[in-house]
Amino acid sequence: MDLDFSPAHEAFRAEARDWLRAHVPAEPPPSLETEAGFAAHRAWERTLGADRYATVNWPSSFGGRDATPLEWLIFEEEYYAAGAPGRVSQNGVNLLAPTLLEHGTPEQLRRVLPPMARGEVIWAQAWSEPGAGSDLAALRSTAVRADGGWRLNGQKTWSSRAAFADRAFGLFRSDPGSERHRGLTYLMFPLDAPGVTVRPIGRLDGKPAFAELFLDDVFVPDEDVIGDPGNGWKVAMSTAGNERGLTLRSPGRYTAAAGRLLDLWRERGDPSDTALRDRVADAWLKARAYRLKGFETISRSDDIGAESSLNKVFWSEFDIALHETALDLLGPDGELDGDWLEGYVFSLAGPVYAGTNEVQRNVIAERVLGLPRGAR
Amino acid sequence: MRFVLSEEQRLFAGSLDKLLDQADTPSAIRAWSAGDHVPGRRVWTALAGAGVFALAVPEEHDGVGLLPVELVTALHELGRHAVPGPLVETVAAAALLTAVGDTAWLPRIAAGEALVSLATPDTLYALDADVADLVLLVRDGELHEAEPGRALRPSIDPSRRLFEVAPSRRLGKADATALDLAVLACAAQHLGLGRRLLDVSVDYAKTRNQFGHPIGEYQAVKHQLADALIGLEFARPLVHAAALAHGTADFRRDTSAAKIAAAESAYATAKTALQVHGAIGYTAEYDPSLWIRKARALHAAWSSPSAHRTRLMASLEGSPPPA
Repeated sequence: MDLDFSPAHEAFRAEARDWLRAHVPAEPPPSLETEAGFAAHRAWERTLGADRYATVNWPSSFGGRDATPLEWLIFEEEYYAAGAPGRVSQNGVNLLAPTLLEHGTPEQLRRVLPPMARGEVIWAQAWSEPGAGSDLAALRSTAVRADGGWRLNGQKTWSSRAAFADRAFGLFRSDPGSERHRGLTYLMFPLDAPGVTVRPIGRLDGKPAFAELFLDDVFVPDEDVIGDPGNGWKVAMSTAGNERGLTLRSPGRYTAAAGRLLDLWRERGDPSDTALRDRVADAWLKARAYRLKGFETISRSDDIGAESSLNKVFWSEFDIALHETALDLLGPDGELDGDWLEGYVFSLAGPVYAGTNEVQRNVIAERVLGLPRGAR
Repeated sequence: MRFVLSEEQRLFAGSLDKLLDQADTPSAIRAWSAGDHVPGRRVWTALAGAGVFALAVPEEHDGVGLLPVELVTALHELGRHAVPGPLVETVAAAALLTAVGDTAWLPRIAAGEALVSLATPDTLYALDADVADLVLLVRDGELHEAEPGRALRPSIDPSRRLFEVAPSRRLGKADATALDLAVLACAAQHLGLGRRLLDVSVDYAKTRNQFGHPIGEYQAVKHQLADALIGLEFARPLVHAAALAHGTADFRRDTSAAKIAAAESAYATAKTALQVHGAIGYTAEYDPSLWIRKARALHAAWSSPSAHRTRLMASLEGSPPPA
């Protein structure tokens, strides 16, 4: 057991650090949940992509750097330590791409992944529906067979990034007589296709972070089906696993945030306020625990499976606590627009998206601890 | 970088678990609490046979150490089985005695023949000083041999038999790293205790029926147990990382982090265990009570999480801000 980085890993870290130092914009772009901010973040994705830093852990043939999981963790540490912008490409890179790599055809990989890696196509997710949130299998949007493809109808909602993104992916009921997890198909579709209406939704602070999608006979060719028609649930669940594991919220993000919180405490903390001081200590401790847990996870030879739910509950609740501590430290300035407030508003959604923490706790109890299923 | 226990370390943990399963520790704990140390000392001898105490003793004194990762691995298993006696104190004593060059006791510690008690300004009382072969005291940075008083100070955990002590002979400077090692050993022991309480609670929730269903079907119960697991799982890497930091400038900081996370998750798990077991968990004759009571005592042993937060922040504030 060791925590030592090899000279090759240190070199990888140094190279990433140098690149980031040379490229990260001195002035942070506006919030990515605004039109101007989205455009600025899109431009940043192209900068990353041009030097294969948007998707370091992908195969080089698709625009990545063949980075190992440890190298990916190292890159993420450097990325957030450098204060680089948030990732507007995240839905595509972290949710769709792993699914494609597992279930996509060679043609799909060649067609979809490189433009994603270059930051040319930004993806939104289209999971939830008005009647299907935590209970995703209750979804009712349909895909009906058409000549050479499928016709989509229905309504999706809480679709992150969809207000300004280019394409979306989601599940549709393709077998009209089917129920629950059966008869679903995983499809990709353009958000500017005929029949798609995107209605942005203001999140808690009014910024259009997500959208409703109305689908009216939207044609999708067969080549944009991922996996077998009717097998979409299984295909989607591989994405859900990625979403809850390390990839969605890498440890580097919290290591950097805890470091900034410590700086803020040094700058503005009242040494006699030991209660607040203890919360700063906790933020550092939890960031470290999550970082170490990440190293443990990638060191294991087995698949962490349902244990990814432990991570999701941990980071989402920790993220809120960390930002609350910063806002309290800022005192009267804590309610003013700024990076900490933006981070706070973002963190509030954590226990809800990617499977609510109530659902995650059920998963932990049933699939990790082995407690019986049963009436909810 | 490989941050998981090696196959050899896992096998070592498994062998200790098996040994302790067969040792009937609940009976030894109850006897120990009543002042009969014979079954407990038998467990200590068996543990020494498995190489546990040698991990804290240098090779030239019949040990194999000091091996911090193996030590926390062992302490975790000893905690899982709530082994009675001054485990943490004996481990720390080996390091303290090594540091002052007072090595006569070391072979006996490695052999499981010497139980050593240790009082410090943090612990105040000497654990199991009545059975200890040697009693040490740290005061004002100095290590002393000590004489225990006769009056037993009753603990919430009756298997922790506490005594006041007075210094009798100065031995030398007290090694600060050895005292931090005690903090870490206590964290590992506590974490193992918490894990055991989670395991028995999950088993109980699967079999205890109320309202026609196992109580483990109910989300109110499930979520408490899930939270216990989350706490314990995110404490473990901090304990392992602190062990790896032994001998570096980060050791003091990392032992505090490990202690905070282990103590708080294990203690929270103990309260969950009590709630999940219901009234039977609140009875002295039911074995989990032995673990539940120890979980409270260890929370403050070797300083409370609150004191360790102060220590941790002192370390963090003392380090320069990142460039």
